[in-house]
Amino acid sequence: MLPPIVGVLFDGLAYGMLLFLLSVGQSVTLGMMNFINLAHCSFAMLGGYITVALMNRYGVPFFDTLPCAFVVAALVSVAFERTLFRRLYRAGELDQVLLTIGIVFISVSIAAYVFGTDQQPLQLPGYLRSSITFMGIRFAIYRLVLLGLALIITLALVLGIEYTRFGARVRAAVDNERMARGLGINVDRTFAITFALGSGLAGLGGALAIEIVGLDPSFAFTYLVYVLIVVSVGGLGSISGSFAAAIVLGISDVAGKYYIPQLGAFLIYLVMISLLMWRPLGLLGRR
Amino acid sequence: MALAEKVTSPRLFVQAQTRWRPAEIVFWLATLLPYVLFPNYLSLASQIAIAGLFALSLDLILGYAGIVSLGHAAFFGVGAYTAGLLSKYGWGEPLTGLAAAALAAGIVGYATSFVICRFRHLALIMLTLGFGLLLAELANTLGWLTGGMDGLQGIHTWKLLGIFRFDLYGRAAYAYALAVLFVLFLFARRLIHSPFGLSLRGIRENFVRMPAIGAPSRAHIRAIYTIAAALAGIAGALLAQTTETVSLDSLGFERSAEVVVMLVLGGTGRLYGGLVGAIVYMIARDQFSGIVPQYWYFWIGILLVAVVMFLPNGILGGLAKLSRWSRP
Repeated sequence: MLPPIVGVLFDGLAYGMLLFLLSVGQSVTLGMMNFINLAHCSFAMLGGYITVALMNRYGVPFFDTLPCAFVVAALVSVAFERTLFRRLYRAGELDQVLLTIGIVFISVSIAAYVFGTDQQPLQLPGYLRSSITFMGIRFAIYRLVLLGLALIITLALVLGIEYTRFGARVRAAVDNERMARGLGINVDRTFAITFALGSGLAGLGGALAIEIVGLDPSFAFTYLVYVLIVVSVGGLGSISGSFAAAIVLGISDVAGKYYIPQLGAFLIYLVMISLLMWRPLGLLGRR
Repeated sequence: MALAEKVTSPRLFVQAQTRWRPAEIVFWLATLLPYVLFPNYLSLASQIAIAGLFALSLDLILGYAGIVSLGHAAFFGVGAYTAGLLSKYGWGEPLTGLAAAALAAGIVGYATSFVICRFRHLALIMLTLGFGLLLAELANTLGWLTGGMDGLQGIHTWKLLGIFRFDLYGRAAYAYALAVLFVLFLFARRLIHSPFGLSLRGIRENFVRMPAIGAPSRAHIRAIYTIAAALAGIAGALLAQTTETVSLDSLGFERSAEVVVMLVLGGTGRLYGGLVGAIVYMIARDQFSGIVPQYWYFWIGILLVAVVMFLPNGILGGLAKLSRWSRP
């Protein structure tokens, strides 16, 4: 028999994976392109609403809605990137923060207008709602699926940035934009695709998150804080850093809520501040 | 700038900066107009004065020292709760309440400034955000003291100077808030145009180089952060005393974001930016909320995007540009 703490650790791990899926796109855009995109969770929220709308109004199966969430979030984000964000790549952090927070405000209002302010119901297929019991501890299938997906995405991203031609272009464009242009790399398009990839992953994360954390218009604000914590603690641009930070924060949040519930969200903020003060560039930050 | 060419010595430069311009005198005279023109809107006017003071305190650190803070409401909230609790437990004298609030917020600001002064850029934004969230969560947890979600009830503010009663129309409240704002504005104006204020602007432009010419960056940032925290605390206390209630959202992230919006709308690093921003923002909110309250955030969002895209230096920056164009 396993002690009950294993169950807590598993739930924390699954929650951490969720935070990772939500924030990995932010890690890419913030770390690679130095753009502080506070509207990241608005794209996640968009993905969530796409999934809910497709499932509840058109009866599309859950797994078929996930690619749609990814694609729609990616396309919408590219539209924003081309028209607004692109002009601010070189601006100070204050301008970037203000513009993107404005977009968060707008997205929250639109979500409230279209879908109302209630929690959105989501009915997963039966096999995802079951759980398996292993040595006295119940493991929910859905959380296992989350874990698996997060591992696959981490691996794909790390390998993609390290070993593919596109990954090399992105790194070149970030390190020295003028030189990259001189070598004939289409920097604008590279950035646009990177941005779309990051926001698409956010949309996917949002769609996967509804089952565990629910979905209402305040999603864009609530999880923004968590995403920023994961990204800044993990280290800008470091995907494995975000992965580690998401696990640390997920487990400390869940464990804190199990064992000292009166502290509420206090613990996760405390963990964040201490980690940041210890390593201001993040756990695995390089610059 | 034409001014810089004419002025030769640093002393003359500082003197030229501190001279009162006619527009400033007109502005302060105009703040008395609500008594004559809009006697029914005096409580809104007092809220504007309070928001203006809060935005002014943020301008000291954001506009002059270059510290982008997403958690400035923490000090506003500390001040509000200090004044509120003092009054609830039997001491409702307004002016000493303000002093106590300034002291409490200043102490919290001084304590956090040791961390703040060691970081720049994203880590700094995240730390200010984190401190703000931490304090809001703390106030929520200490429900027995702060009243939690229900807010702090049972505040009673005594008569101002023992003579003027705070009434429903806000006549005394506006005079009180305006007077406090004006006095603290004079203080901030003096501070900004002192050598200390000049070295702050130097730190904003280049944090690393300032110590080389004899201005200790970290000590200066600690000082201005503490001052800004105390001013924000006074603004919070003013709100607590004039409305006789304090709620959790006086500490929340929304209020921190709101004050940044006001300041940027008016223009950062201009002293009057926060005041103009507060006037425009609060009046717009009052008007728009009257039509469809729940979609007010939509309009703030549009406003923010528009300001960043078209008015990079805020309303005052835009006006300054216009007046330069119109001159031959």
